[in-house]
Amino acid sequence: MNTQKNDRTIVLEVQRGVGRGPSRVQEYELPETAAASLLDGLRWVREHLDDTLAVRYSCINANACKECMMILDGKVVYACVARMQPGARHQVAPLPNKARVRDLISEIAPVKERFDQEENADD
Amino acid sequence: MTAENIVNRETDVLVIGAGGAGMSAALAASQAGSRVIMTDRSLVGRGGATIMAQMTVAVALGEQTPDDWRNHYADTLKAGRGLCSEPLARLLCESGIDAIRLMDSWGTGWARSDGHLTQVQAPGHDRPRCVYVDYLNTGPAVAKTLRTQVAHDDNIERYGDLLVLELLVEQGRACGAVALNLTTGHPVIIRAGAVIVATGGLTRLYRRNSASLNMGGDGYALALRAGARLIDMEFVQFFPIGHLAPRLVGFDPIMWDPFRYKLGGRLLNGLGEEFVEKYGHSNEGYTITRDAATYAILKEVEAGRGSPAGGAYLSFQHVPEETLRKAFGPIIDKLAANGIDLTKSPIEVAPIAHYHMGGIRVEVDMSTDVPGLYAAGEAVGGANGANRLSGNAITEAVSFGLQAGRSASAHAADAKAVEARRALELAGPTLARLEPAPQDGESPNVAALIARLQALMQDYVGPFRNEEGVQHALGELQVLKAELGEVLPGDGGPQDPVRLDALDLHNMLLVAEAVTRSALARRESRGAHQRDDFPGMDDAWTLNQTLALDKGQWRLDTEPVRRLETPVEIPAAGGTEYEGQA
Repeated sequence: MNTQKNDRTIVLEVQRGVGRGPSRVQEYELPETAAASLLDGLRWVREHLDDTLAVRYSCINANACKECMMILDGKVVYACVARMQPGARHQVAPLPNKARVRDLISEIAPVKERFDQEENADD
Repeated sequence: MTAENIVNRETDVLVIGAGGAGMSAALAASQAGSRVIMTDRSLVGRGGATIMAQMTVAVALGEQTPDDWRNHYADTLKAGRGLCSEPLARLLCESGIDAIRLMDSWGTGWARSDGHLTQVQAPGHDRPRCVYVDYLNTGPAVAKTLRTQVAHDDNIERYGDLLVLELLVEQGRACGAVALNLTTGHPVIIRAGAVIVATGGLTRLYRRNSASLNMGGDGYALALRAGARLIDMEFVQFFPIGHLAPRLVGFDPIMWDPFRYKLGGRLLNGLGEEFVEKYGHSNEGYTITRDAATYAILKEVEAGRGSPAGGAYLSFQHVPEETLRKAFGPIIDKLAANGIDLTKSPIEVAPIAHYHMGGIRVEVDMSTDVPGLYAAGEAVGGANGANRLSGNAITEAVSFGLQAGRSASAHAADAKAVEARRALELAGPTLARLEPAPQDGESPNVAALIARLQALMQDYVGPFRNEEGVQHALGELQVLKAELGEVLPGDGGPQDPVRLDALDLHNMLLVAEAVTRSALARRESRGAHQRDDFPGMDDAWTLNQTLALDKGQWRLDTEPVRRLETPVEIPAAGGTEYEGQA
């Protein structure tokens, strides 16, 4: 979908990459109506621009599951309640103190609840 | 990775899904002496519907006012419009009491006043019967309580980010599952003496829904492909007053309900008139059942009397500010942060997909048609008939979960585990599907395909249906299936969102077809299934529909509603009587 860029366009600069591999920043432009919250915006990006962007969330909008933690402009936020400013440029990154799985998805499960501890062959 | 490297684990009971039902099942199976592996495609105890429940857990504790499970049962049957399985409804209402007391002993923190648990009256109940945790915190408190119990149980291993792709069936018997470890992208085999599906409902099939991302009906798809029948798939509950406008960040869209009946929020059409009574519910006020309220709101919208965003107004403007502040507590400030001042203007609400009455057909011990396969919670169909009574979902999750755990444990004790090598063979077709495959041409944006499916189901197989629309939906489902294709897209690495969406959409399309075919066949209007072309209930349709997949072909049947051999005698009602569906 083509979005007409104007001074209300929201720009997301998203840090991407898989595991311990290299990181790159990808820029997405969103119409202001697409994103009241950061999670709205990331879901809009997946549906309209790039479905390869990986984001962890579950409850969508209710701030109940606490799964959508990430970094927005240097601060830890829940993406579902972080508000977007029309016309603003935002930096989005995975949590810095957790292992990155892919893009904005970090390993946040308690160690005892991770199955991959069993897969010692791959590390 | 080669087949020999695939992690191949063995346990007594495998529980798929770690919401209220799954965690309850795991605890009961462990209590009965089984080793348990519980998996969730999301994080343990965080996804699913349980955590989203905001209030009202219906159970006849008799703390607030004298009560009897049989009165709760009578209300459940009445709400179910004649289609509830009586044995399942009885289990819910009767064993729900012990289940909720057990939760209390584990410190859930049910609201208390004057030395007893506070029970409030919710729509469709004849008296105050619903416990809750303030403020709007019932689901998170239930989830946390169960999580804590599970974490302290050494017999239970629990794993998040593990997506079950297929059940393993050996000679007609469920014997495990093959899953995808989302963190690595590698497949995993889990062999088990018994398997419990506790994956919740299918609200993700709809554009407007109130549940978590992982409620795409995958458990129904797993059970169907394993050979189990589904039941009542046409009955999708729409919650009448889901938040519509203005945009509200950080709230579950179903949040308004408790306030509506606590404070008497007024439901108004676009002209500012009360309208629910026009649809034959003159004396019901806030106690009108969900199917009836959904019907009334959508009929007003259809008649051009909707609110600007296409729903109804919910107004608290007549309530004094002090009363509002007391009832809403800290929530009033969060609303203010969203620019909402209830003393000055109404909000807009509209029906939103909320719960699935249908599901996997089980006996009263939660066993399915497939030996060794059990189901629990919203994944089960039948207890709630054509319309679920408010407050019954958590009670169902915990009580059915406990029952499924006990039954599966007993089954597993006698079951001989399938050998690792044999399990690998059984998993063969699923593993082959995950292998990198040549992609012919550009693959579609699967997230956009999912959005199209959601719009299709909302518009044509939502609260109102008719022959033409449902036939259109069936055709479009085939189009979507063709666009998705058989080959799995994506790189198959860790948390590959494209592959995950494709796996989900395959299941969603199958389950959507189950709903659509059932909706097409039921030529009457009852509860959550309203047909424009067949208005009104037809006694000849006091039947349940079941669906099976037989060598890839759908088999749709009807069966008589399951009755108790000895009907339950209902004690004289202590509260107000309400009319049924008009």
